[in-house]
Amino acid sequence: MKLIKAIIKPFKLEEVKDALSEIGVEGMTVSEVKGFGRQKGHTEIYRGSEYTVDFLPKVKLEIAVADDLVTKVVDAIVSASQTGKIGDGKVFIIPVEEAVRIRTGEKGDTAL
Amino acid sequence: MKSKHASITSLGAAPWKFLLLAATLLFTYALPVHADDHEEAPATEAPAAEAETADDSAPYGGDYDVFAASEGFALFTVSNLWILIAAFLVFTMHLGFATLESGLCQSKNTVNILFKNVFIISIGILTYAFYGFNAMYPGEMGTDWNGYFAFGSWFGVDPSDTAMITDDYAGYTWWTDFLFQAMFAATGATIVSGAVAERIKLPAFMLFAVLFVGFAYPTAGSWKWGTGWLDAKGFYDFAGSSIVHAFGGFGALACVMILGPRKGKYTESGLKPIPASNFPLAAIGVFLLFLGWFGFNGGSVLSADPKLVSYVCVTTALAAASGAVSSIVFSYFACKKPDLSMALNGILAGLVGITAGADVVGISDSIIIGLTAGAIVVFSILFFDKQKIDDPVGAISVHGICGIWGTLAVGIFGDSGDPENPFTIGTQLIGTISYSLFAFVFAYVVFFIIKQIMGVRVSEEEEERGLDISEHGQEAYGSRS
Repeated sequence: MKLIKAIIKPFKLEEVKDALSEIGVEGMTVSEVKGFGRQKGHTEIYRGSEYTVDFLPKVKLEIAVADDLVTKVVDAIVSASQTGKIGDGKVFIIPVEEAVRIRTGEKGDTAL
Repeated sequence: MKSKHASITSLGAAPWKFLLLAATLLFTYALPVHADDHEEAPATEAPAAEAETADDSAPYGGDYDVFAASEGFALFTVSNLWILIAAFLVFTMHLGFATLESGLCQSKNTVNILFKNVFIISIGILTYAFYGFNAMYPGEMGTDWNGYFAFGSWFGVDPSDTAMITDDYAGYTWWTDFLFQAMFAATGATIVSGAVAERIKLPAFMLFAVLFVGFAYPTAGSWKWGTGWLDAKGFYDFAGSSIVHAFGGFGALACVMILGPRKGKYTESGLKPIPASNFPLAAIGVFLLFLGWFGFNGGSVLSADPKLVSYVCVTTALAAASGAVSSIVFSYFACKKPDLSMALNGILAGLVGITAGADVVGISDSIIIGLTAGAIVVFSILFFDKQKIDDPVGAISVHGICGIWGTLAVGIFGDSGDPENPFTIGTQLIGTISYSLFAFVFAYVVFFIIKQIMGVRVSEEEEERGLDISEHGQEAYGSRS
């Protein structure tokens, strides 16, 4: 089992969700986060005074998948969220030791 | 075992609560006694109704029903109704101030801002009832009045006194008069609340507001509207550019100078702006204020006279619109990009600017007044920031500086209708300086004293955490779902 963590541009969320449901991914957790990498912040202005906003809004997806699905899921995320411009985001693959379905107590791949 | 709840009911636990209760009972008991103080001679002679001269007898023989059957009753009803509605519109301005201030300040201080606004409307109406109304309009009270100061008396009027509730009094009843004027009174303190937001200690503000609205406002207001020394000089302030707005604005300036700026705004490397947290709220606030101003100016006609009321509403609207346009244009150049907070303040600047002369300036004059106010407010806001005088909502500029402009505009554009006694810039200047200076000095002295007694500013950690948590222990946008 792996936990796939993807940081993407917020407006790409719908596209990524649709791409994932097409390959059979049944659930995910989404959070609104802020961050920056090579894409610097931007300048804002209030009453004539400028200030930089370093942190840009992003969306983080977390999806737990069985090992055999990892490549498909990562590819789907990457192709759906790519714009070719700086700030597209990153995907991380993290090993999962165990997963439990709270309702039934199931463990392992059947819990995903 | 002693019950946990014993302390709530036992007297010993909170003696001050007992004193407060006793004081309240004393006041309410005292009201009927003091009602007589306010009565004028004709009213007490009401029973002896039939008299030869109008001066001696009570109006309509002391009988309201006689008035109700009279010819003038219909017009009186309409005028009274309009002034009451205008009072409700001015009340709406408090809603506008609450939302505007909440929008322009940080969300971590929203509960505190709303709390201050609730407090202000409450003590505004109450202090005006107990003291302010009669101190501001001492007119018939007699010998105490020297044109500068009169001591107000308890709120108490015989409801059946036809001298107060028929057209013998005015185009509206004494009650309507009180309510309309009471709504104006509280706006003075609410102007201050915006400027001192996000770092003022709540008790310090509450004490200051009671004194500023309770005593300073009616004293100064009496100079013109209470037929005092400024009125005698020919000074004119239709709805309060000086009496309300410059007064509040310069009171705010004094407080802000003593209070100091918000932490982190004026740094070594320049100005770090603290932007508005909620522009929709701010915009809603300004539109509500615009709406309320139709009552603020329209009601100041003090009758429902179609010609005057409709004219005043038009000059008001034109000035507001011109103020916005002017601010938009000037802020575009001065601030690099069109700034919404400046546009919103432009509307208010135009409104404050027209307030002194809405009924005596021409149509094109009202546009010029608005355009000028809109430009003034942009540069004033930038100026105060350069001087490191931190005003989160721009109240000092909108109300103080533009209040002075609005007052002077009467001298420039106003037509008094009497060639022997025209409005002059000189007289207007004397008036507006008097109000601004009085408000500034009063506020400075009082606030300085409060600072020595209890301090006026929250600690740095409290300011960083936000006043909602540190002063109130509450969150505006609650996180516990």
